[in-house]
Amino acid sequence: MKHHNCAQSCQGSCECGLCCTKIKNFGVTRSGTEILRDVNLHIHCGDLTAIIGPNGAGKSTLLKAILGEIPHTGELQFLDAKDKGTIRPSMGYVPQKLDLDSSSPTSVLDLFAAAHTKLPIWFTYPKKIRERVRESLARTQGEHLINKRLGALSGGELQRVLLALSLDPIPHILLLDEPVSGIDQKGLELFYKTVSILRENYDLSIILVSHDLNLVAEYADRVAFVNNKTIECVGTPQEVFSNEKVIQTFGLDWSKRNLRVEKDRVANALLV
Amino acid sequence: MHFWYSLVDLLLPFGWLQHAFMKNALLGVLLVTPIFGLLGTMIVNNKMAFFSDSLGHSALTGIAIGVIVGIKNPIWSMLFFSVLITIAILIVKEANTASTDTIIGVFSSTAMALGIVILSRNGGFTKYSVYLIGDLLSISSSDLLTLGIVFVVVIVLWAVIFNKLLLASMNPSLARSRGINVRLYEYLFTMIMAVIVTISIQWVGILIISSLLILPAASSRNIARNMRQYHVYSVLIALISGVSGLVLSYFGGTATGATIVLISAVFFAVTFCMKLRLG
Repeated sequence: MKHHNCAQSCQGSCECGLCCTKIKNFGVTRSGTEILRDVNLHIHCGDLTAIIGPNGAGKSTLLKAILGEIPHTGELQFLDAKDKGTIRPSMGYVPQKLDLDSSSPTSVLDLFAAAHTKLPIWFTYPKKIRERVRESLARTQGEHLINKRLGALSGGELQRVLLALSLDPIPHILLLDEPVSGIDQKGLELFYKTVSILRENYDLSIILVSHDLNLVAEYADRVAFVNNKTIECVGTPQEVFSNEKVIQTFGLDWSKRNLRVEKDRVANALLV
Repeated sequence: MHFWYSLVDLLLPFGWLQHAFMKNALLGVLLVTPIFGLLGTMIVNNKMAFFSDSLGHSALTGIAIGVIVGIKNPIWSMLFFSVLITIAILIVKEANTASTDTIIGVFSSTAMALGIVILSRNGGFTKYSVYLIGDLLSISSSDLLTLGIVFVVVIVLWAVIFNKLLLASMNPSLARSRGINVRLYEYLFTMIMAVIVTISIQWVGILIISSLLILPAASSRNIARNMRQYHVYSVLIALISGVSGLVLSYFGGTATGATIVLISAVFFAVTFCMKLRLG
């Protein structure tokens, strides 16, 4: 197999004239243990960048560092397309799960109202909030869920609700932590399709921690492979999935199958 | 206070409300139980029942410290100690060395043992046993003033922090992404809890204080479908249990706090059956 050299290729400034996000020399150390070091990543707006890697490699830690939830070294730069200056980017975040039991009396409307209003939601809601929430939910095909309890939603429905919440207001950077379990394949595909459409409509920079390599291969523009505490390889899905370290980590079977799918796709394209 | 006394005489001309101590106790119940119903919702949401229990237990050491220092009204030493132990629990919890349950258990039993050891020197523990079951009928006018101030402060604080606290309790990273200082709100919440538990312990009693926090919210949770219902039912159940518990304990000559808890427990049983039937 041909060895692709996927060192961080897209370094330097944003010559393309679009807005972009640069993660420079990120490092995270917690209670004396180094979790991440020398993480460099460059993300263009409108790109979906998937972060893959073995369990415990530091993918979720990277997301939390970008969010600013845990302290890190290095810096996060966001360059706006218009004024070319660096601003503090706003972040949308879709967590893997919510910490609540299935009997919790928190409705979807409660969740949005708590995020959007200052008035305590146990006292009253502002009049306009219901309309705003409905509009938000419409972006992810979830209008009908507004009065449901969060605990009564299926895994896929909850993801779409959380996605709608993260997009109100529209952030500069959208961070997605894909659930490891609890969502059926169909729900996951719907989720990816929605994300894909939203990215084009709103020119979002999306960073996605993913465990489903098939969907990554289909929907991601760029893939970053996190291993041994750092990003070992960045590139297009084809480049990264033919990297030897990646193949070793995820097993040869998957890679072969992926290449076969790719070949089929190329063959189909030729036929058309 | 005169206004309250004449108001009660005018509106509620019942025999049991003739005594001033019953009027005081009624006002106390009307001030304390809504707060318990309100705070209880978040305590049940966050699975902090054990924590509120340990706050109650640690009050014993607070009393003991008050005795050693020589303060007449131990409420200040109790407040001081419960805030101290809350901070200690939060700090140890953040170090992430053991499960929260274990940490709270360690602190709670240590504080209780220390309190008992100090108070039982020379075999004099019995005079403090009033703190174990509480005495709502001993509530005085100056206590009611303190309680009134605490009532207003807690309601205002709760109104300001609730939405952010709810988000933080569901997912800290999500709250963080919306610019919420998760730690600040967690600290505020636990401090409010510490203050309200400590203030009311002499009237409700160490042994049952946490049930009074948990039961109304747990009952409401059985039937509520959103946050507003959750709070409204919880406060209503707390109020009804409080007032009817006070009346029943007067006629039965029983401890007021425990009677209130028993009535809340009945509410829990009823709402639980409603939940089973409604599905």
